[in-house]
Amino acid sequence: MSTREYMLGNVAIARGIVEGGGQVISGYPGTPSSEIIGSLASMKERDFYVEWSVNEKVALEVAAGAAMAGVRSVVTMKHVGLNVAADPLMTLAYTGVEGSMVIIVADDPSCHSSQNEQDTRRYSQFSLIPCLDPCTPQEAKDMVPYAFEISNKFQMPVIFRPTTRISHGKSDVELGHVNKSTQVADFKKDLGRWVMIPKYARIQHPRLLDIQGNINKELENSPWNELEIKEDTNIGIISSGIASVYAKEAVIKQDLIASFLKIGTYPVPEEKIRRIMENSELLIVFEEMEPVVEELVRMIAQQTGSNVRIVGKMQGPVPRCYELNTDICADVLADVLGLERPLVPEEVTEDFDYKACRLELPMRPPVMCPGCSHRPTFHIMKKVYGKDAIFPSDIGCYTLGIQSGTVDTTLCMGGSITVASGMYQAGEKKPICCSIGDSTFFHTGMNGLLNAIYNKADITVTIVDNRTTAMTGHQPNPGMGKLATGEETVEVSLDALCRGMGAEFVEVFDPYDLEQTEEVFKRAKEHRGTSVVITDQLCVIDAKRSGIRRKPFSIDADKCTGCRICVNLGCPAIEFDVDAKKASVNVMCNGCGVCARMCKLDAISEVGI
Amino acid sequence: MSASGISQFDLIIAGVGGQGAILASDIIGKAAVKEKLSVRAAETHGMAQRGGSVVNHVRLGCDLGSMIPMGGADVLLALEPSEALRYLEYLSEDGLVIVNTSPVLPVTVTSGLCTYPDIDAIIEKLGQKRAVKAFNATDIAKRAGNIQTMNVVMVGAVSSYLPIPVETLLGCVRTLVPPKTVDINIKAFELGHLSTKDD
Repeated sequence: MSTREYMLGNVAIARGIVEGGGQVISGYPGTPSSEIIGSLASMKERDFYVEWSVNEKVALEVAAGAAMAGVRSVVTMKHVGLNVAADPLMTLAYTGVEGSMVIIVADDPSCHSSQNEQDTRRYSQFSLIPCLDPCTPQEAKDMVPYAFEISNKFQMPVIFRPTTRISHGKSDVELGHVNKSTQVADFKKDLGRWVMIPKYARIQHPRLLDIQGNINKELENSPWNELEIKEDTNIGIISSGIASVYAKEAVIKQDLIASFLKIGTYPVPEEKIRRIMENSELLIVFEEMEPVVEELVRMIAQQTGSNVRIVGKMQGPVPRCYELNTDICADVLADVLGLERPLVPEEVTEDFDYKACRLELPMRPPVMCPGCSHRPTFHIMKKVYGKDAIFPSDIGCYTLGIQSGTVDTTLCMGGSITVASGMYQAGEKKPICCSIGDSTFFHTGMNGLLNAIYNKADITVTIVDNRTTAMTGHQPNPGMGKLATGEETVEVSLDALCRGMGAEFVEVFDPYDLEQTEEVFKRAKEHRGTSVVITDQLCVIDAKRSGIRRKPFSIDADKCTGCRICVNLGCPAIEFDVDAKKASVNVMCNGCGVCARMCKLDAISEVGI
Repeated sequence: MSASGISQFDLIIAGVGGQGAILASDIIGKAAVKEKLSVRAAETHGMAQRGGSVVNHVRLGCDLGSMIPMGGADVLLALEPSEALRYLEYLSEDGLVIVNTSPVLPVTVTSGLCTYPDIDAIIEKLGQKRAVKAFNATDIAKRAGNIQTMNVVMVGAVSSYLPIPVETLLGCVRTLVPPKTVDINIKAFELGHLSTKDD
């Protein structure tokens, strides 16, 4: 009987892990990858181990250890997470694995929720670890069990790389059979294989190069590469991953006859590329981000002495940056082939000018929630350190503090304390106060704090602890006393941890209490050396979910003089009537009371008091 | 006017993070799968969610990608009026806009940095080029018993145009909303359905 379900791409990938018999699954949250582990951890019945690790390097090594011991493991992360995990990745290619291991790395072309749009396929080339690149959620699910098989066959980890539109796309998915794994962890000692001292590494590198030919052959004929040669045309289209469905739709839209190669594996199917090349005078390559396929197509053309014309993104017109879509692909086809450009409504081309009809749309940027504890923290931070101070920050919800003027740098996970230290060591005389969230602190912030304390950096480190990994969807972390599955565990104290690393100034405060917050920040600023201040207030979303009910506030219009002090806080629950020159509180109020404490006229009070 | 051979029905759902656009597309997507239609959908998650502008693509009877091309959508279902205008270019020339006339003011407006366009002017602009069904879905949701059912009111409103039986959609409303709110959501759906059914 066929079982079709409507699924999020990441849930389909999680299903693929179950169907393929995954036994140990680790990862660190990061959009767009987070729901894979979220989905596995929330399953009521499990015969696998699943954990949120503290960072991607740790997660990859946990999965590697499991695969060294002979079981089937998976690690999940977002693309930039692989930078953190690149150290074990590169050498894991030398050691290989005993069981099987799939490294799931979700890429984010167009930077929907990321600081860059790096292409994980480059890591596949770099490390010589094969990579699978799905074009639909169905294919994503089906590829995972295959990845386990290939990994086991070649004793090599396999990279599996969905993109945002796969991970956060939804589709009907045909479920497959669940294969129970029978592997039992039983580590076999073998120094030449597992101990990468120079003597053994020198043996493993040529071995890694040797097996590439066999991996190539296996992937070439896998179901993920599809070649369709059309006789009556000299046009060939080569596309990879999700770009292949866009290219296919564009071909239909343009009513074009073309040979079509869809690529889903790296190393790329060279034989199929040679065949489409022999049958074409023009090859158009569609792929998102880096010209990985295009470079190889050009190389093959050179090797075979082919005169085929190759069009892609290296010399245009396929865009080098951002996601592709059907419109872009159709436009490229029209441009290259001299076809009429696809029919677009006139609004898109010329007439679509909001200003012409005086309908300028207001910007709607994402903002911190009403009642978010980061808002008063940033407000007081800016007040105490001054607007000329430097505020290096990090990656999480608090990056939205950019609207509060307290986010001056955001480089990478854990890059706040370190950047602050570097500025101080460079001789920067302005006060430096950085911010980092609890989960990001556990991720890679800790090392930075240790370094700052050790090297005597005179900076303030603000750990905005809201007791969750909020931005990616409220995953647990070591400060919460809770595992991925909800099971209880030790609750790591940030306070004790920082003191343990040698911090002499560590203060915990409630950011809703503005007086206390100001007093703590003032003392931290005066302290010579690395001072650490830690907020203590739950994420408002989690607070609501855990049953904390606060009464909303309202503004007494008679008392309000329109001074805008509360409005400038930037809370979505506070509105300002320009004509009446009065502020008011709307239904979104979560009752944090910060605006009431700021009002000099005592005009804001709890509803019902 | 989804191109033949690509998609049977293309729907854009636009709104503001927190309005329940994902639940709205889930009801439709799940119902379509029950009706043995293939479905492709794209959603806004993560950084883009916190009160920001969100857009979901839902393609029914489609086996390719989830992103609807410009000028390709059969219906634009807008949970908020200014968001209807923001995503209008996805709608085909003979497409329909179904729009909730109740605005959600962004913080740029509440803090006085930007102005919010006049609702009637938005509806008039939409109506210049497209068929429009405009009504206050937020008020209807209040009448149904909970302002948060506005998204389900809008699913009810679009149900008259989808290639899916209303009963199947209602079944999915029942399974997808919190158990305690089923009755209110069914009422919200039915009131929404009535608002577009007659004409």
